[in-house]
Amino acid sequence: MADAYPRSMRESIGRVEATRPERMEVEPQRLSLEERREVLDSFHPDYKEGGKRKLLVGPSRGEFVPHEMADLLEAYPLIDPDQVDLGQVDHEVDVLIIGGGGAGTVAALSAHEAGIPADRILITTKLRHGDSNSMMAQGGIQAADKEHDSPPIHYLDVLGGGHFGNDPQLVRALVNDAPEVIRWHEKLGVMYDKDTDGRMLTIHGGGTSRKRMHSAKDYTGLEIMRVVRDEALSRGIRCLEFCPTVELIRDDQGQVCGAVLWNLETEEYTVVRAKATVLATGGWGRLHIQGFPTSNHYGATADGLVLAYRAGAGLRDLDSVQYHPTGAAFPEQIVGLLITEKVRGMGAQPLNVDGALFVHPLEPRDVESGAFIRECSSPEQGGRGNGVVTPTGMVGIWLDTPMVDIIHGPGTFKRELSAIWRMYARFDIDPATDPVLTYPTLHYQNGGVVIDATGATAVPGLFAGGEVSGGIHGKNRLMGNSLLDFNVFGRRAGIAAAEWARQAKPGRPTLEHAANYAQELQGAGVDRERKAPSVLPEYRGERTLARMVDLI
Amino acid sequence: MSAEQDMIRIYIMGKAYEVPGGLTIMKAMEYAGYRLVRGVGCRGGFCGACATVFRRAGDYKLYADLACQATAEDEMYIAQIPSVPAERASWVLTELAPEDNPILALYPEVARCVACNTCTRACPQELEVMDYIQAALRGDIPQVAELSFDCVQCGLCAMRCPAEIVHYHVGQLARRIYGAYRAPEAGHLAARVQETARGDFDQELDKLEQMSKDELVELYRKRDVES
Repeated sequence: MADAYPRSMRESIGRVEATRPERMEVEPQRLSLEERREVLDSFHPDYKEGGKRKLLVGPSRGEFVPHEMADLLEAYPLIDPDQVDLGQVDHEVDVLIIGGGGAGTVAALSAHEAGIPADRILITTKLRHGDSNSMMAQGGIQAADKEHDSPPIHYLDVLGGGHFGNDPQLVRALVNDAPEVIRWHEKLGVMYDKDTDGRMLTIHGGGTSRKRMHSAKDYTGLEIMRVVRDEALSRGIRCLEFCPTVELIRDDQGQVCGAVLWNLETEEYTVVRAKATVLATGGWGRLHIQGFPTSNHYGATADGLVLAYRAGAGLRDLDSVQYHPTGAAFPEQIVGLLITEKVRGMGAQPLNVDGALFVHPLEPRDVESGAFIRECSSPEQGGRGNGVVTPTGMVGIWLDTPMVDIIHGPGTFKRELSAIWRMYARFDIDPATDPVLTYPTLHYQNGGVVIDATGATAVPGLFAGGEVSGGIHGKNRLMGNSLLDFNVFGRRAGIAAAEWARQAKPGRPTLEHAANYAQELQGAGVDRERKAPSVLPEYRGERTLARMVDLI
Repeated sequence: MSAEQDMIRIYIMGKAYEVPGGLTIMKAMEYAGYRLVRGVGCRGGFCGACATVFRRAGDYKLYADLACQATAEDEMYIAQIPSVPAERASWVLTELAPEDNPILALYPEVARCVACNTCTRACPQELEVMDYIQAALRGDIPQVAELSFDCVQCGLCAMRCPAEIVHYHVGQLARRIYGAYRAPEAGHLAARVQETARGDFDQELDKLEQMSKDELVELYRKRDVES
């Protein structure tokens, strides 16, 4: 069989192999807080001039967000409020959950457990039930459930990872609920990796001080998502698929009381009235901020941020974008796809073109990514110019994946990291014998809608959980805290929504907030053509787009 | 090599398009001008939304794969499966006893398996699908759970099965029974849940929540890292 790697890359692999025996003997050095700061300031894309701008209107006016996000927040409603008849109600429920990924499904189960009957709960989602970044999470979920660990130790790790910019109450909820979440999963039948006595097999993630990363091979998110979705099905909780929300509905008191959906296939709108609404629409990876490829789901277009912002909810920490250090950089077909941090957790080291280790494998993600970019950037850009160049001109860092089997025994990689193994095997690369090339990929929305510890937003009747919300992770999330986040805050939002629904008395429904927001935009001189939410990313070929006409 | 030489011809639902070589089927369809709503999801091989069938020129075989993972080839005839009609049997985990093996009662069609192995050949994850259906027939739930674990529930097995079995629902049932009832419980986890419920860490967390940033930074610097 022909070598999947071209000769120049193969030569560099020779140097990786040559340095391996020595590297395996030495414990890598961690960076000090000051050294971390230096890497971030000089090389992390968040700290680059010109990537962001101040918001002109809305509750978070004056705050910096990436241009790609600002373009959507400073945009007019997709649907003309005058075209919608809110009097024709298609669904009337107690709890409406917008988003059928991890947070939304957990919120639905939790609202149900809090006493809302299944037929009074409705999940709506843009694509299929389960379509989400939750489904794609590979490496694991954190919970301080071992004897030498504790929620307070977890707390400090979360804060340090987030550069101490997190909301303390949210972090407390995250770490304190974590063991209970894993226990709930265990009872629902999630197949966590355990030893024969039932003890959880846990390892480190970047920035953890204890080995508390629980996993289900490298399909952790898929396994959790499959189980919670199956549980929702078994309880008879409905999910309306292919119906993205295009506007929230508020009543004359300013409470959120439902949503206007739009059927992606029939192009008709649908009106849902609800006593409480949970926003669980996920993140923004598909905005391709600063032109980065992304590891995210097709639907990750930040719709929920747009809807919540127009309805009056504040946003926070959207100046910080998470780039996962190890996105695939070769072959071309899989550029941007994720190689889980678990690979580094199991011992694989990041190396430059000479096979040299240039950073500890498990720094927090933003620091690790910054170090990758420094190593790959040219000396003219202030970098070190030690990246590996691919035939299509991508530059990347080796991830020395064969170390996994050397450390843990032959067959480990294929067995415990089967998703990654399979992804490369399709291109005749065996990560158990050859390293793989990586470069940072847009991975996570660190910030989002401001919530309190119950999942409530500043807008009455509107709750949020999961990636759409902010404050939990400060300026940088650690591995394994997003699966945890959507479980903890999906659950809290579902319970709070159930409680709210029991006493809520929604008044006259209106879309006045959307009309008012449009007026504000006009006052600020925003281009009328700009509309949001974007619903789907645009990947059609340029030729098609140039010739497209709307005829029938 | 010129750009023209790089182009290949594919047939999307029977209609020919010229696209650059080396793209995944999904990206090739988008290049051709399709804005995907069905047949697209995570784009990373995890969600099973993009089940796709295709034939190659001069080859009678019908192949199956995920559009986001498989590379488009010259003269490939492509059609996506927008949705797989398959009913999940009605069952509730808490109503099952740990020793129960309800697979045959809930999915009696499993007994119709003729061991043709078509499901295994259709699986884009290259799972031993037929083997886990045979394990289900024997009532070997741990084996079904293990062999089906990497399933992305794309439904290609069910679309190809001459016995009309819905394999991925069978796998889901077995995995949940295994995870909830057959796998040993984590004792340390149950103990920690009791401690958090009792509020054992509340005082320490109160203290942390009140600390200034400087104090927290100092604590963070001094923290010991498990080796």
